[in-house]
Amino acid sequence: MIRTRDLSVRLGERDVLSGVGLHVRQGEWVAVIGPNGAGKSTLLKALMGLVGHRGEILLGDRPSGALKPRARARLVAYAPQTPALPRDMTVLDYALLGRTPYIPYLGRESGHDREVTESVLDRLDLTRLAARPVGELSGGERQRVVLARALAQQAPVLLLDEPTTALDLGHQQQVLELVDRLRRADGLTVVTSLHDLTVAGLYADSLLLLADGRAVASGAPSQVLTEESVGRHFEANVKIEPGPDGRPVVHLVRGGP
Amino acid sequence: MVTRARPSRARPLWVACALGVLAVAMLAGLLDGAADISPWQVVLQVADWLPFGHVDSGLAPVEQGLLLELRLPRVLVAAVVGGLLAMAGAAYQGVFRNPLADPYLLGAAAGAGLATTAAIVLLPAATASIPVAAFIGALGGVLLAYTLGNTAGRSGGTATLVLAGVAVTSFLTAIQTFIQQFDVEELQRVYAWILGDVGGGWEQLWMILPYAAVSSVVLLLHGRMLDVLSVGDEEASGLGVRAARVRFTVLVAASLATAAAVAVSGLIGFVGIVVPHVVRRLAGGSYRIVLPLSLIGGAAFLVLADLVARTVLAPAELPIGVVTMFVGAPFFVGVLRMTRRAVT
Repeated sequence: MIRTRDLSVRLGERDVLSGVGLHVRQGEWVAVIGPNGAGKSTLLKALMGLVGHRGEILLGDRPSGALKPRARARLVAYAPQTPALPRDMTVLDYALLGRTPYIPYLGRESGHDREVTESVLDRLDLTRLAARPVGELSGGERQRVVLARALAQQAPVLLLDEPTTALDLGHQQQVLELVDRLRRADGLTVVTSLHDLTVAGLYADSLLLLADGRAVASGAPSQVLTEESVGRHFEANVKIEPGPDGRPVVHLVRGGP
Repeated sequence: MVTRARPSRARPLWVACALGVLAVAMLAGLLDGAADISPWQVVLQVADWLPFGHVDSGLAPVEQGLLLELRLPRVLVAAVVGGLLAMAGAAYQGVFRNPLADPYLLGAAAGAGLATTAAIVLLPAATASIPVAAFIGALGGVLLAYTLGNTAGRSGGTATLVLAGVAVTSFLTAIQTFIQQFDVEELQRVYAWILGDVGGGWEQLWMILPYAAVSSVVLLLHGRMLDVLSVGDEEASGLGVRAARVRFTVLVAASLATAAAVAVSGLIGFVGIVVPHVVRRLAGGSYRIVLPLSLIGGAAFLVLADLVARTVLAPAELPIGVVTMFVGAPFFVGVLRMTRRAVT
């Protein structure tokens, strides 16, 4: 579904990504992990065509550069790490923005656009909040509203940049379970950046570990999350054990690296 | 039963209310004047003008002429100018994602003012060139303020753009003053225009109407696009929108509206802040609501401001810009405080 080859991004004087290869199969959930500043957000932005890049990006089977903006938006939906939520905008209006790739430039949304959006709000349990301004919502509700906008886009690929930042434990679980459920129900392909390694290992089918803009490891969570690699790239002293379902659980060890 | 939420749009009821307020304001504008004409006669006369047949108002031809040649065009020019300034203000706020953007504060009005003064002084015969010059000046002023705001302040915060606008405004006004002092013979004409004046008659109205029509249509069509821009450029791109292109189109149309307003009426400040904010508070924040209702509300606001300008010191007249600033400046401070609170 997504394939990059030798993907490099240079921002100003800095090489943020160098020669990254990513392969995401249809219906797969890939989590991009790595220490702060490793290039996780930049990788997602490059996939969206939001930053200039060298190397090849294939979305579906087509080079991303050949896609027109609207066609790309119908293929890939993106939610940034800190989405700008216009305070006065209602939840319904905000979710309706997701239909933009289907609405003519100066046109208005159709009945179908409204139906799609309303059913998404319904699925995410947001119908009763539909008329509320986005600025009045709690953190968990906001995250769901952002997800609703991305889902209203009806794109087969979902790119979520740190969808759980600023959420407490329960809300993190809620959002990730939701993404997982939607992905299975609709056959969505999901790429997320996640800073919590245990969480990443718990939900993703496969991990890509970035360090200093390079892909240093990729594969199943148990292959990528080893004490040696986490210790080296995060400069952290950790102990990793298999959890109840066999997926790796990362513990910090007191006493630092 | 839960009422189903509906997408934001200018509801007929809201539009009807706004038009009602505008009609009352315009009628009030027609009533006031030196000659003693009763309100009822004015109503009858307006009814006679409407294309539904003949109504006898009992007014003498001289009084009818007074209404038709002096009061009516004045009210209509005030309405068009007010509507354009308010709508341009709303559009600038959308483009810059900044609630304090206003044609007057952004340097657009000053740019138009400088260009208009230059046109009056350098090409005194070519009255038709004034709106064109004003347009070029308005666009130049905005782009200058925007560039300055972007390079001076790293964050591009709300205040930075306004400060840049103030700097640009001062600079352009200084040049304008220089030009007008340079040519003393035209001074009178320039002064009358700078202080804000909507009493130019039908000729002025016809001069700006094409510009007003084009800019209004373009801006009203971009309501939904401005809503998309409000989530930021990156996300707008993610939704398949070329943000830079939308921004440029709206910027040009808003500057055209500003230029048309400034070309006939001089510098009238704060209409573009006061009206859109009142509309947001009352009817909702979507630009599909704010743009059309600002157009109507701005028209009503300036007709009333003109009425106040004509009456408080009667028989002397205040410049209309003084009235809008008197209302607008405290309002601006209020909006600034609200924005600060929202940010922190």
